[in-house]
Amino acid sequence: MTLFLEQGLNGLQYGLMLFLLAAGLTIVFGVMDLINLAHGSLYMVGAFVAAWLVPITGSFWLALPGAVIVTALVAVVLELGLLRSLYARDHLSQVLATFALILVLNDAMKMVFGSDLPLSAPEALAGPVALPLGLQYPAWRLLIIAVGLLLALLLYLLVEKTRVGALVRAGASNRRMSSAMGVNVPRLFTAVFAFGAALCAVAGCLLGPLLAVQVGMGENILIPAFMVVVIGGVGSIRGALLGALLVGVVDTLGRTLLQRGLHIWLPPQWSSAAGPALASVAMYLLMAGILLWRPQGLWPVRGR
Amino acid sequence: MGDVRWKVVAAGLFGLAAAGLAQAADRVKVGFVSTLSGPNAALGVDIRDGFNLAVKLHGGKLGGLPAEVLVADDQFKPDTGRQLFERYVKRDKVDFMTGVVFSNIMLAALPEAVDNNVLYISPNAAPSSMAGKDCNPLFFAASWPNDAYHEAAGAFANQRSLKNVFLLAPNYQAGKDSLAGFKRTFKGDIAGEVYSQLGQLDYAAELAQIRAARPQAVYVFLPGGMGINFIKQFVGSGLSKDTMLLLPGFSADQDIISAIGAPMAGLFNTAHWSPDMDNAANRKFVAEFQKEYKRLPTLYASQGYDTALLIDAAVRDVKGRLEDRQAVRNALRAARFESVRGAFKFNTNQYPIQDYYVRTIGSDGKGGLVNKSFSEPILRNHGDAYVQQCKMAK
Repeated sequence: MTLFLEQGLNGLQYGLMLFLLAAGLTIVFGVMDLINLAHGSLYMVGAFVAAWLVPITGSFWLALPGAVIVTALVAVVLELGLLRSLYARDHLSQVLATFALILVLNDAMKMVFGSDLPLSAPEALAGPVALPLGLQYPAWRLLIIAVGLLLALLLYLLVEKTRVGALVRAGASNRRMSSAMGVNVPRLFTAVFAFGAALCAVAGCLLGPLLAVQVGMGENILIPAFMVVVIGGVGSIRGALLGALLVGVVDTLGRTLLQRGLHIWLPPQWSSAAGPALASVAMYLLMAGILLWRPQGLWPVRGR
Repeated sequence: MGDVRWKVVAAGLFGLAAAGLAQAADRVKVGFVSTLSGPNAALGVDIRDGFNLAVKLHGGKLGGLPAEVLVADDQFKPDTGRQLFERYVKRDKVDFMTGVVFSNIMLAALPEAVDNNVLYISPNAAPSSMAGKDCNPLFFAASWPNDAYHEAAGAFANQRSLKNVFLLAPNYQAGKDSLAGFKRTFKGDIAGEVYSQLGQLDYAAELAQIRAARPQAVYVFLPGGMGINFIKQFVGSGLSKDTMLLLPGFSADQDIISAIGAPMAGLFNTAHWSPDMDNAANRKFVAEFQKEYKRLPTLYASQGYDTALLIDAAVRDVKGRLEDRQAVRNALRAARFESVRGAFKFNTNQYPIQDYYVRTIGSDGKGGLVNKSFSEPILRNHGDAYVQQCKMAK
């Protein structure tokens, strides 16, 4: 029982972090029609800047907003300097250019900070906390869940209830029409891109102490983030949240349950080999299944 | 009568010519290829620093001859390693090759050395295949067979009367070999056996499984950054309060201790060497290493140092006749050097027979943490399980 509970929390934690990445990705894709492979690199930039700021400021809680601001500024520079010229081009050119950007940003981080930096959670949150039902759970992962839920709620309110949100939604469902209605599209695009980068930076800061701040960390998380976008429906924030939670839970539960389930049918040496292999395929199967059922994704933007 | 005189003259001339050919070399050339950049560089750097320290302490000589150590970085790429081996063997005509950290790179590059009759002394990688059916007269492992730390950990679990242990390793060959090594010696039950993905950084799912299985101890083989993340998350999850974490030595070495800090205190790990081992060679090594590099040596550094000492002894024993590979090989097999690990000799497959210890991480008295060895070895004069499969000419 506690195994399910703990794995449920782990799935929630992983899913919410994927959401922070996928939310930016899906808005950029939906509003600007830009496939940005370098999205994960902004997550890496956020983590590196945070790890660099912690010893300077002496506090994780000062480094976090600092990293978010710096990453957003980097994003603004990238948008003005490079990505702007890609909007009119086809997706293949965008993929090529943003893939090159991954390599450039990786080497830039290596030149500025070295290939990895240490980053630890604040002392008070490094240990476990006791939860009901006798479950011990790492405090830091609980914090990630709380921040993830909070940001998801704020994002929902921002997109659904504010004027900026209305512009973004309009841009996502019909770009030409919204620009004809007098929206300052270039400025909106810069803002949207910087905002997506800021969400990445938050994810990078929160996951940095748990994983490792190193060059190339952005590539590993990019594939699941894209899956979330595809599952949820391109351009849809609600879809991204739903998709992220689904991917998070399936991945986390798959890694334990598949092996345990196979244990019943197969001898241990087979199940322990087949379990992890199948678990890593489970996410792709999930995506393929959902696309067969709903080719537009689970919760697509209306009007497409 | 005249015939006999001719024969004497001919024999004399032949002798002179042979003596000229067998003239001792005027220097020793060693090709050193290791991983010196990227996230895995720390291991190669320590092996190199240990090796260079031994050469420096011998006045820049190995076996009395001036030593020329050519160093290059394989960049963690098998094909780069192979090219560097080829360059050193064919262009620079080295007498010995050494240095590689990782088995996959070593196995890719090794043929460049042994196919050209150059001896390879491994300062680290010692895969079980090379100990058994693929053993090679020109390959020496100056470190420890890949399974040995895990066999020692299994023996330690028996000594502590552990009844059930949970096993975790990445899903690749070395991961499976390591857990097989543990199970070869461990007599209790396996509470669970899980293979994670290679390079995985988040162990939340595995930790939940461990919590559910309630084992007395957990044994993990997670090299490099994987181990650092696992240990941090293991402690963060609260599991460390009532579950013993047992590690192979390289997952609890000085570089890992420095990266993780306080959560490492009190953990057990198995190794063939520890910085506090009480023998003259080791006291000198640890003191000189700290003086030279301002940090404590890891076991990788000790392996690099021992490799240089081994080459030094072989060159000395053949009196510099390095062209005679068979003589050099026999001298290496005899291994007449003072190892920093104490007892050491080669098995018939040219893998070590040596003692293995349990180390525990404790305070160094200056606010830091350091490995301390239990004085009695957990495995004595331990070889490997593959030596019978090795068919090698003397």
